[in-house]
Amino acid sequence: MKLSGWGRYPVIDSLPEFPVGDECVMKLIEAHGSGPLIGRGLGRSYGDSALAPTAVHSAYLDYFRYFDKQTGILRCAAGVSLASVLELIVPEGWFLPVTPGTKYVTVGGAVASDVHGKNHHIDGCFSEFVQSITIATANGIVECSKTSNAELFCATCGGMGLTGFILEVEIRLKRISSSFIQATTIKTKNIAETVEALDIHRSATYSVAWIDCLSTGKGLGRSLIMLGEHADDGGLQTGCKARLSVPFDVPGLFLNGVTMQAFNSVYYHRVTKAKSRSLVSYEPYFYPLDGVRNWNRLYGSDGFLQYQFVIPRKAGIEGLTVILNRLAASKRGSFLAVLKLFGEENSNYLSFPMEGYTLALDLKRSPEVFALLDELDDVVVGLGGRIYLAKDARMSKSIFQASYPGWESFSQLRRQWGADNIFNSIQSIRLGL
Amino acid sequence: MNNVLIIGATSAIATAVARIYAKRGDSLYLLARDESRLLKITDDLRVRGASEVYSARFDAQEFSSHESVLDRVFSLMKQVDVVILAHGTLPDQEACQSSVEVTLREIEVNALSSVSVLTHLANSLEKQGSGTLAAITSVAGDRGRKSNYVYGSAKAMVSVFLAGLRHRLFGKGVNVLDVRPGFVDTPMTKAFDKGPLWAQPESVAEGMVAAIDRGKAVVYLPFFWAWIMRIVRNLPSFLFLRTSL
Ligand SMILES: Cc1cc2nc3c(=O)[nH]c(=O)nc-3n(C[C@H](O)[C@H](O)[C@H](O)COP(=O)(O)OP(=O)(O)OC[C@H]3O[C@@H](n4cnc5c(N)ncnc54)[C@H](O)[C@@H]3O)c2cc1C
Repeated sequence: MKLSGWGRYPVIDSLPEFPVGDECVMKLIEAHGSGPLIGRGLGRSYGDSALAPTAVHSAYLDYFRYFDKQTGILRCAAGVSLASVLELIVPEGWFLPVTPGTKYVTVGGAVASDVHGKNHHIDGCFSEFVQSITIATANGIVECSKTSNAELFCATCGGMGLTGFILEVEIRLKRISSSFIQATTIKTKNIAETVEALDIHRSATYSVAWIDCLSTGKGLGRSLIMLGEHADDGGLQTGCKARLSVPFDVPGLFLNGVTMQAFNSVYYHRVTKAKSRSLVSYEPYFYPLDGVRNWNRLYGSDGFLQYQFVIPRKAGIEGLTVILNRLAASKRGSFLAVLKLFGEENSNYLSFPMEGYTLALDLKRSPEVFALLDELDDVVVGLGGRIYLAKDARMSKSIFQASYPGWESFSQLRRQWGADNIFNSIQSIRLGL
Repeated sequence: MNNVLIIGATSAIATAVARIYAKRGDSLYLLARDESRLLKITDDLRVRGASEVYSARFDAQEFSSHESVLDRVFSLMKQVDVVILAHGTLPDQEACQSSVEVTLREIEVNALSSVSVLTHLANSLEKQGSGTLAAITSVAGDRGRKSNYVYGSAKAMVSVFLAGLRHRLFGKGVNVLDVRPGFVDTPMTKAFDKGPLWAQPESVAEGMVAAIDRGKAVVYLPFFWAWIMRIVRNLPSFLFLRTSL
């Protein structure tokens, strides 16, 4: 079967396995003695992290184990999607403590990528709220947490499925009294204002900036900053299904410098006031793209690359300016460029966030884009930053090793658990893990 | 609140159906062979809102156990409002062709075991004077085809048996529903290439519960299979025999 990530590049032949229980997973691991095999959730990682000759899908490992409505402790199998979690918990007055920009990811995928949300500067990564993980390793089923098998825990959170197959996860939820978000939009004129506004509002629970990354000169880095707080009332409602769907690949012509510049400009100018407030349901606020199913087809059948990097706080405005200039000059901007402030990094071996600024871009795939990103890699790593593995499809081994200091201990731990022989993705082989 | 009994509760469609009833706050009794999976599904349905979930091991091929297992269900639940029959296997047609033994075993699992269970259930529901008896058969039962006639003929037997029960229980407060899904994307069919005709278990489950709610007799899921099968059934033999269906 042909298989790819959300960016639809690369595409490989992969044998799909759909285990229906923990014992089936163990049998698969034993049967595939030397792999390579990798866990796979909803395939929302962009590149090749969930690609291997054998992909173990968690689709039928989608049961809840328990949910304590008093304490907000939820335990479920790894294949449960964040969408199903929300459907269950929101009406009871609970919310995900950390959520990525789409609810169509699995709990297992969220742990494996140690995902971050719009509140990273305050709450950190997903793993912060994980109480324990049950994982099928090469040596059998093991339970791990911050206190027991702590090293395996730190390696599994952000470990891209390379320590074993996650079976169950227990998380601590967040109390809410309303499913609505009090959203504030701030319009800024350039990168300096953007960075300053993010900084001033760093006590806001949620914050993120949408950058018009095609605007140059004085308007370089002009943005719409979206802040959010959970509202106090409005009720606890959930459930809005995707209304639109992209039924086929849109011809590549559609996405070019002109349409993108137009889109970015219209999007920016749509907001007329310097500061505006509104009350919105959590779904459009956190998951704006989930309203359009298969939106990845907009980039045509060649697919696209998502590029997300982080640079340390001290590299700040200057670093971002260099990169934004480089992007604007290439005229290969992106429909979506999202800038966010990260808080402190955690101690997981391969977790992506570090204190500083992170920018995420979607770029239509072309040979020039590969060259451009190679250049940007050097800039990012030169500034002391790194690239997000969940979105990567092309980073080189040397860039990876130079920017993820935990990689060697991670490899060692993999060997110790017998994972290096079995659990491998196309990405892990490329990165030499 | 309804009391729902599901036989073959670990199958993908059955699990999806159970989740719909759980969300409505109904009470469920699950029967299946794989006990460790049954336990996980039981927990899952409780979390999703079922007011009560009971479960017990049930092996379709142990005919002698059927009556006592079902008696226990009826005595525990007092009243059973909906019964869903979802157990079954997907035989390997080629293996069946080269072995009478395999063929008969598949007929036993997919047809005879249902006949046994349905007989006990029909009697209990008739006595109770209410309820819906729904069984999952298949579009494959509508016409024998070379690619899966062992499965198809087993399902056809169940369909005719259900039609007979419907006739017998008409006017006794019991509705009998024959659910005929087309291709469904489940662990049982994971080895197949999926085209546009394939449906997800969740959407089949929704259609099934809607048909139960509306007291229907026969339902094709998704609906377009009714049209496809009308054509397949009516294709003249001289044409049909030349197809590779
Ligand atoms: C629109 C969009 C917005 C996004 N926004 C954000 C964001 O704001 N923040 C952020 O951090 N990320 C974001 N992402 C990325 C996404 O959150 C991650 O890629 C996530 O890991 C995808 O989960 P998945 O279930 O689809 O996993 P997959 O893509 O299937 O797999 C991702 C990784 O997890 C591993 N994995 C999956 N299941 C298991 C398992 N059971 N056991 C072991 N390993 C497993 C895979 O091996 C792979 O390495 C976004 C993605 C999209 C498409």
